[in-house]
Amino acid sequence: MATRSEASGNARISVRDVTMAYGDFVLMRGLTFDVKRGNVFVIMGGSGCGKSSLLRHMIGLHEPAAGEILYDGDSFTHADPEHRDELLRRMGVLYQQGALWSSMTLAENVALPLGEYTKLSAREIREVACLKLALVGLKGFEDYYPSQISGGMRKRAGLARAMALDPDILFFDEPSAGLDPISSRLLDDLILALRDSLGATVVVVTHELASIFTIADDSVFLDADTRRMIARGNPKDLVEHCPEEKVRRFLTRSAEPVEQPA
Amino acid sequence: MVVRLAGAWRLGGTTPAVDPVAEQLRGTRPRALRFDAGGLGAWDTSLLAFLDRLENAAAEREVTVERGALPEGVTRLLDLAHAVPSRTGSDGAKKRDGLLARTGLAAIALLAGGREVVTFVGRLTQAIGRLVTGRARFRGVDLAVFLQDTGAAALPIVTLISFLVGVILAFVGAVQLKQFGAQIYVADLVGLAMVRQMGALMAAIIMAGRTGAAFAAQLGAMKVNEEIDALTTMGIPPLDFLVLPRFLALVLMMPLLCIYADVLGIVGGFVVGTSILGISLSQYWNQTVNAIDLMDCLPGLIMSVFFGALVAVFGCLRGMQCEGSSSAVGDAATSAVVSGIVSIIVADAVFTVLFDILGI
Repeated sequence: MATRSEASGNARISVRDVTMAYGDFVLMRGLTFDVKRGNVFVIMGGSGCGKSSLLRHMIGLHEPAAGEILYDGDSFTHADPEHRDELLRRMGVLYQQGALWSSMTLAENVALPLGEYTKLSAREIREVACLKLALVGLKGFEDYYPSQISGGMRKRAGLARAMALDPDILFFDEPSAGLDPISSRLLDDLILALRDSLGATVVVVTHELASIFTIADDSVFLDADTRRMIARGNPKDLVEHCPEEKVRRFLTRSAEPVEQPA
Repeated sequence: MVVRLAGAWRLGGTTPAVDPVAEQLRGTRPRALRFDAGGLGAWDTSLLAFLDRLENAAAEREVTVERGALPEGVTRLLDLAHAVPSRTGSDGAKKRDGLLARTGLAAIALLAGGREVVTFVGRLTQAIGRLVTGRARFRGVDLAVFLQDTGAAALPIVTLISFLVGVILAFVGAVQLKQFGAQIYVADLVGLAMVRQMGALMAAIIMAGRTGAAFAAQLGAMKVNEEIDALTTMGIPPLDFLVLPRFLALVLMMPLLCIYADVLGIVGGFVVGTSILGISLSQYWNQTVNAIDLMDCLPGLIMSVFFGALVAVFGCLRGMQCEGSSSAVGDAATSAVVSGIVSIIVADAVFTVLFDILGI
């Protein structure tokens, strides 16, 4: 069942030689990295390079074509369904558009996981759900349906739902996409607060430079052309010391003249 | 060679063709191509398109292009257009396969589609197993909503269609039976046809168009919106939470709709029989009651349960298979209706033969 990894000392998540593929099409190969406990880990790269796909692999929505993903040294990839459910319960995911269940109110959205996994009474569940919504600034919107609120609010409600079960690990898929600069900054602060106050490990997929430099403790850079990860480390170091010119250009937002076609 | 550009270049107006210039390039083979833009008026993309094609023609014949005389805006836009080399050999640009390859690919796709249906039915059976052992997880309120939606809310359209089917059957039958002076048997004909076949069939086809499509669209939109992924990562199986209540609602409601359709069809036949064929109310009633016994209702009821399952399975499966964009949701709804109706008709044929063999 669960296999132990020797290198799992401080690693909350270990990605081991993972290949991502859809049918015959290989998206990325040879992905190996650790996400340390209590770190904010950023997955970056250009559009369409497979950042979101990597996140979907890490949360079990896609199976790696090869390799393995481990949580605290426990294999997630090869876990049996019940063990996998246990691991999933420790994770919270904020999807790109919030992915709120549209037939339920915001409070019901947050309450659903609580109802599934806790022994709280209906009244207590409602109270916790309201508290979570208040934490993301949605007090008073408990009985609204997702279609009645703005995109940014939906995202925050999605975050409240992701945090419903106080997960140790939070995944964010492009959290700042579609948010104005201030909301985006507030979300960054929230991510840092989650890390510092709850000791949560946070994995963020983003290409927003401002966000990357504000929140990232560690990162990995995926390159669509070589279909590999070409850089690893804190973006603040990478911007100066990364041997890959592509990564430095990405992090400095510089549009160097591209080769003319022959 | 000098190309003189003059006048207004507008997408709305007419612009000169590139070919004559390209012909001249081929004929005279000049060393360089220059422009004279002295008389150039207003310009837009039409000028850029012209110049782009001209430059391509020049490049083919290894003629250098000197853009010096062109307005600065034009030069900058042309540079931008060439800044990123065009992508070659990308996965998007697939070449067209031969007939044999396409036939093979279609066969493989058909097989894969069949396998997906079988897998889905298998998973659904597991979910039903969890339901029976009390481990399935869905909200009671969802089931109530779907019961309402597949039951009471469907009554108006089922009323209309079944009544009219009864009327049509009575008319068609009456024309033939009248020749033998046996109009009274219209009651038998309508009654038996509705109860054994048409009630279940019409109700199922209505539900495939109405509810099967709705299920596919709901689940498809949820899939595209990552709502189904959100359930999965919460450890809540979407099959239990989303498919099971829909499936249960249809399987429970379809026999009831079938009975309702049977009655309405008989009412339709009754209206035609009493008003046009001159059969009295009590005659028609007695004839109908004598013609149909309880066993005649069995085939229709058995079939309607299966039809309900088929509509639910195809509606939900097509929705769950949805990938990517909102246009996929429309495709899912279409596909749900088509595969739902086809499977209903096929199942009806199989059942009819089976009931005949069994003597039901």
